[in-house]
Amino acid sequence: MTRQNVCFVSLAAPVMIAVLLLAGSTRVTASDQSSGANADVKIDNFSFGPQTVTVHVGATVTWTNRDDIPHTVVSTDGVFKSKVRDTDETFSYTFTKAGTYAYFCSVHPKMTGSVVVQ
Amino acid sequence: MTDEKHGLIDQNLQDLNDDGIDRRGFLKCMAWAGTGLVWTMSGGIPVSRAFAKTANRSAGKGTDFMFVQISDSHIGFNKPANPDVSTTLQTAINKINAMPQTPAFIIHTGDLSQLSKPSEFDTLDQLLKGASAKQIYFVPGEHDMLTDNGEQYLQRYGKGTKGAGWSSFDHKGVHFVGLVNVANLKAGGMGSLGHEQLEWLEDDLQGRSASTPIVLYAHIPLWNIYPDWGWGTDDSEQALSYVKRFGSVTVLNGHIHQIMQKIEGKVSFHTAMSTAFPQPAPGAAPSAGPMKVPAEQLQRVLGITDVHYVVSGRSLAIVDSPLSAPEPSENGGGLAVVESTLR
Repeated sequence: MTRQNVCFVSLAAPVMIAVLLLAGSTRVTASDQSSGANADVKIDNFSFGPQTVTVHVGATVTWTNRDDIPHTVVSTDGVFKSKVRDTDETFSYTFTKAGTYAYFCSVHPKMTGSVVVQ
Repeated sequence: MTDEKHGLIDQNLQDLNDDGIDRRGFLKCMAWAGTGLVWTMSGGIPVSRAFAKTANRSAGKGTDFMFVQISDSHIGFNKPANPDVSTTLQTAINKINAMPQTPAFIIHTGDLSQLSKPSEFDTLDQLLKGASAKQIYFVPGEHDMLTDNGEQYLQRYGKGTKGAGWSSFDHKGVHFVGLVNVANLKAGGMGSLGHEQLEWLEDDLQGRSASTPIVLYAHIPLWNIYPDWGWGTDDSEQALSYVKRFGSVTVLNGHIHQIMQKIEGKVSFHTAMSTAFPQPAPGAAPSAGPMKVPAEQLQRVLGITDVHYVVSGRSLAIVDSPLSAPEPSENGGGLAVVESTLR
């Protein structure tokens, strides 16, 4: 991991906590982020929360759609692509290589997020 | 359609054609779905008419042909905002069938289905078979292309179309162009037409007389209504540049499940209500999405749009009607919006 990544994570953590507090999430905590354990992302109100999630190599990220409208989780670089996920359906992907993975909902492309794998 | 509604259209066309003034300059209409008032601008003064006052005018007078736009049927949607979207689509079809003049055709501006499932398309087909108008033109919404890059949609509804389902046709001197702005969407963007389709559009319009009335229809609005929610099309300006030289351009869209209208130069923009569920006004909620209203109000925020074309005045009159209209009264009537556009 580069020095820039470290700075990013230390800056991003408080932001993520704020996002989590706003979203009322109880499952994904700041310690989950830094420990590299598996992580959850909620799709709610046409947005991914947290918008950026940081995990260690080998972790699985699970997205759950809480909207009344179907969404997808699609890597911008074609690394992963979910089928369409209707209400309460999930998509999981296990990250085996370090890097930053930008993704979006191909149905509502204004919805974007990223996974940072350390 | 009721006689009253025809009366209203006639009244508006009459106003348009007899005023001797450039109607484009003053005719602007805007109203909210279900308000039950009709707004027109006459000599710069907005006038609202109670629906009942315009009754007893001859149906269809002065109308050379009429077609109906329906949109956002979302067959398969079953959430609280409307657990029975098949029934509300059937109500819309009943409304079409009750019109005294059979529409020349129907245009469906996308989101036929909720999840692009074959069973959902089957249900839609079955319901639309009961419509008085047998010719139906489709463009896909993003919900119709959720699987296999829209192959299922194209097989069923894309016969004779190009690319992701775009096409054009002529009817009684009016040129209609169905555009697709829901395919190959890019991260962070809105609706997109794409280079290939834009080239095709330019080519399609080339050589046509500037006096040809043009109707463009597509699912996502071709004007930027609310970019924060993706309610717009990234490259629509390019498409609109190709229609600038035409004297009458009407743009019909869906996607936002509510009526919005704008007149810009010779181009009149219009979005339709859904037959399935309403969505919030731009920015009025944390996000777009199905909006739950009291059950008794649902049919007042769903509806259809009929468009009347009069050759003599080269006018297009657009009428939106909710599925269930409140009783006509001094303060409110059965129409949400009447828009009569351009010459």
